[in-house]
Amino acid sequence: MVDRIAGIWGTRTPYAKDGLWPVRVDQSLSEGVTESDVDRWVQSACVLCSNGCACDIAVKGGAMVGIRGRAGDLVNHGRLGPKGLFASWQGVSHRDRLQRPLIREDGRLVECDWDTAMNRITERSRQLLQERGPLSHGFYTSGQLFLEEYYALAVLGKAGIGTPHMDGNTRLCTATAAAALKETFGADGQPGTYADIDSCDAMFLYGHNMAETQTVLWSRVLDRIAGPDRPKIVCIDPRDTEVARHSDVHLAVRPGTNLALMNALVHEVLANGWLDAEYVNEHTVGLEELKATVEPWTAEAAAAVCDVSAADIREAARIFGTSSRVLSTVLQGFYQSAQATAASCQVNNLHLLRGLLGRPGCGILQMNGQPTAQNNRECGADGDLPGFRNWENPDHIQELADLWDVDPLTIPHWAPPTHAMQIFRYAEQGSIEFLWISATNPAVSMPDLPRIRNILAKPDLFLVVQDLYLTETAQAADVVLPAAGWGEKTGTFTNVNRTVHLSDKAVEPPGEARSDLEIFLDYARRMEFTTLQGDPLLPWTGPEDAFQAWKECSRGRPCDYSGMSYDRLRGGSGIPWPCNDENPDGRERLYADGVFPTDPNYCESYGHDLLTGATVGAESFRASVPRGRAILKAADYHPPHEEPDGEYPLRYTTGRTAYHFHTRTKTGRSRPLTQAAPSAWVEIGPDDAGRLGIREGDLVRVTSRRGRIEVPARVSDIRNGTVFAPFHYGYWDADGAPGEHPTAANELTITEWDPVSKQPVFKNAAVKVEKIADAAGPAPAPTTTASRPAAAGMKRVPPTTGGSGAEATELFNAAPPPRFPESINSVAINRSGQESRP
Amino acid sequence: MNLSIYLGMLHQAETTLAESFRQVASGHGAEPDVHFLCHTLAQQCEEHSRLLLPVVQRYGEDLSDSEPERLHAEGLSTTRQGPVGLLRDLQDLYLLASLVDVTWTMVKQAGSALRDRELLDVVARCGGETAVQLRWLQTRMKQAAPQALLVAR
Repeated sequence: MVDRIAGIWGTRTPYAKDGLWPVRVDQSLSEGVTESDVDRWVQSACVLCSNGCACDIAVKGGAMVGIRGRAGDLVNHGRLGPKGLFASWQGVSHRDRLQRPLIREDGRLVECDWDTAMNRITERSRQLLQERGPLSHGFYTSGQLFLEEYYALAVLGKAGIGTPHMDGNTRLCTATAAAALKETFGADGQPGTYADIDSCDAMFLYGHNMAETQTVLWSRVLDRIAGPDRPKIVCIDPRDTEVARHSDVHLAVRPGTNLALMNALVHEVLANGWLDAEYVNEHTVGLEELKATVEPWTAEAAAAVCDVSAADIREAARIFGTSSRVLSTVLQGFYQSAQATAASCQVNNLHLLRGLLGRPGCGILQMNGQPTAQNNRECGADGDLPGFRNWENPDHIQELADLWDVDPLTIPHWAPPTHAMQIFRYAEQGSIEFLWISATNPAVSMPDLPRIRNILAKPDLFLVVQDLYLTETAQAADVVLPAAGWGEKTGTFTNVNRTVHLSDKAVEPPGEARSDLEIFLDYARRMEFTTLQGDPLLPWTGPEDAFQAWKECSRGRPCDYSGMSYDRLRGGSGIPWPCNDENPDGRERLYADGVFPTDPNYCESYGHDLLTGATVGAESFRASVPRGRAILKAADYHPPHEEPDGEYPLRYTTGRTAYHFHTRTKTGRSRPLTQAAPSAWVEIGPDDAGRLGIREGDLVRVTSRRGRIEVPARVSDIRNGTVFAPFHYGYWDADGAPGEHPTAANELTITEWDPVSKQPVFKNAAVKVEKIADAAGPAPAPTTTASRPAAAGMKRVPPTTGGSGAEATELFNAAPPPRFPESINSVAINRSGQESRP
Repeated sequence: MNLSIYLGMLHQAETTLAESFRQVASGHGAEPDVHFLCHTLAQQCEEHSRLLLPVVQRYGEDLSDSEPERLHAEGLSTTRQGPVGLLRDLQDLYLLASLVDVTWTMVKQAGSALRDRELLDVVARCGGETAVQLRWLQTRMKQAAPQALLVAR
């Protein structure tokens, strides 16, 4: 037994370059349950980060009692992280679950039956459609539903109601990943694969604290590091993360200055001639513009802006420029910061300049934040159109209209679908009067919370919230719908590296809770949405019908699922799309041939100007981009819009800890995870703390132009002049409101977003910090992560451990490591174990 | 040579456009994208005026033309409020930027006939950025128009 709170990444299984990552099966069972007690194991994958670890759920007496990793899956080779082990089934099997719908009566939420709740919704919906039209409706969904649910929502919203106001909190986590891929390659689609970790000579982690955000993926990196020929690691992060601690070069940049650094890295690669001229010549366009943009960005120029050493920038560039195989991974440090898309495109550019794509060890992973964010992008319940279709291409709109048998004019395509921040602005102004929020908690997760709370509380906004628990957002709703959770419904979802997993229903949902798919289908039925032929628009009876419909929608597009089936997804490994006639077992890496989806008739986007977000437009795109070439896009660096000044002298950044997910809706209901990181804190470096008279654990007030938080201080090794707060700590487990000492990191964040991806800027704001009370003990921050105390305080803070409730088993080499494509089911296995055709 | 009239017009128009971007930025602080980007674009216009200086020194500038001031007086001396007000303010910026755009084009024509490489380089950069300003304004207006014109309260 291993304490997986103390040992987040478990036991090392070192391996060498080009070797196979050994299998280690992680398992955790409810106290008192042994393997022999388990009635059955039900196949699924974990939904507590974007990694997509395949697992089996243990069921006993109709309840979920445990989880174990699937040895044969290409994603995780049997492993699970602490959140998967301790908050997957535990996070949904809690007495707080919503069991019946609620409606607001005389200002209070009271229980009712489904008919009453749904009638109230459809009554308001019908009335508004009649009086104000489709633009009065907005839908704000999640990165945590299943593919089938997003697709149902997309069809319902785009073809049933016909509103452009559909987005998800994927806007907060993954919009820049999608935007950067579209700008560079013409369409979304992850070029690389996790298996590139096995073969790379160097890894660059750009604003990606992988050790905490995707713990199992980091285990794979640690096992390479522990092997005989470790890759070089370059870390770009203002905090002293576990990644930084293992790095060869740590560039602890000032928040808000990523693009200056990236322009310098590209500058160095060009200046030293480390480019593959033939590749660039044959497969890209835009080199001259890129050269001109980065020309002023010498290592010294960037060093001055970013406050890192020029020698370190040069060394990082040298590693990128001279290693044979480089893997890059990018996450929120870039996506939620200033000039997000421009900085992320420069990562793509570095790979294009050296021709490092489509081969083992040469990959780009523009990461996602949430487990099913990818599906929201594919299915178009967010700011995209289904199947990576292009809203500016009338033929793509016609394809959708044909598929759904509706008038193409029904499908809004006069502009891109409205992004989340704009949806909330329209609600603030009163032009969106019906807002349906599913599986997400903007009352804690959006920037500038005082403003968001006011919007959600507006009496003229009809608010529907569909969730597992009575979240801070649900408390403001007019109708609350109890949703079924993971393990209580069947569906598929897709992780960062395009791998599709099936999650089968293991148990019944509590009380009257229903799956999100059932709820959406019920609404569509009650609203009587029909096709041109007069048939029901959404005739599906369950998830497999929706999956079949989705296969048709995706056919011929980059995210082609047409060769998959539920039966093929059972038993073997998850399958990476595209999966079709050409790629019957899916495809591990994209763009091996250097041909990119920039054909103007095929591409998902004609692109944008990276400084302003102005659309390039079809005509200009057709004239400037030879089909099949990737585009080297660039923008000059501009300083962030809110910088420290006399009144607010420190930079403020926010993020995740390894032990929690989002607003703790699930992880906050797990005892081991909550004990590891029970409540909010803020991190400050030793010099800043000394200057401000702050010692470990002191209660401090952090104030920005938007609001304040009051939390204990952790004196950590974060860079000077910068403070960090974890974003998990809202108020559902307090009084539901900020109270005397507010704790939610987004009380302070600014309302601003990237001009292209429209992803909010959570990583840069100006704040002041002052001590308001002496410490009552050390800050409640874990010692096992980036929030580890600085050396001076280390002895006085007890180490984070899990105790008996946090134990899990590790079974080594239970099976040979899975390989692509051998581990993919080439034929379908149906539920009764018989072969069938996909 | 009458090029000085157009250089004067251009200089004035860029200055007026910069001021107008600033005005829209401060009048629409509740639309953060408009607010921040208008500040950035105001700086861009001022940079255009700066880049134009050597050309102006060479050919002179005649400030007798008052076209941009008339637009300024009618459209952007103050900003409007609400969704339709935002749309109309952006539309005024669009008109002003169009004037700048076409003036750059005429100056480019003259520069070509003069075979003045330095002038053509300035036009390539500034005219290109003005074209992007126009595209951004149009992108933003197209997104805002249906909501402003159909359902805004």
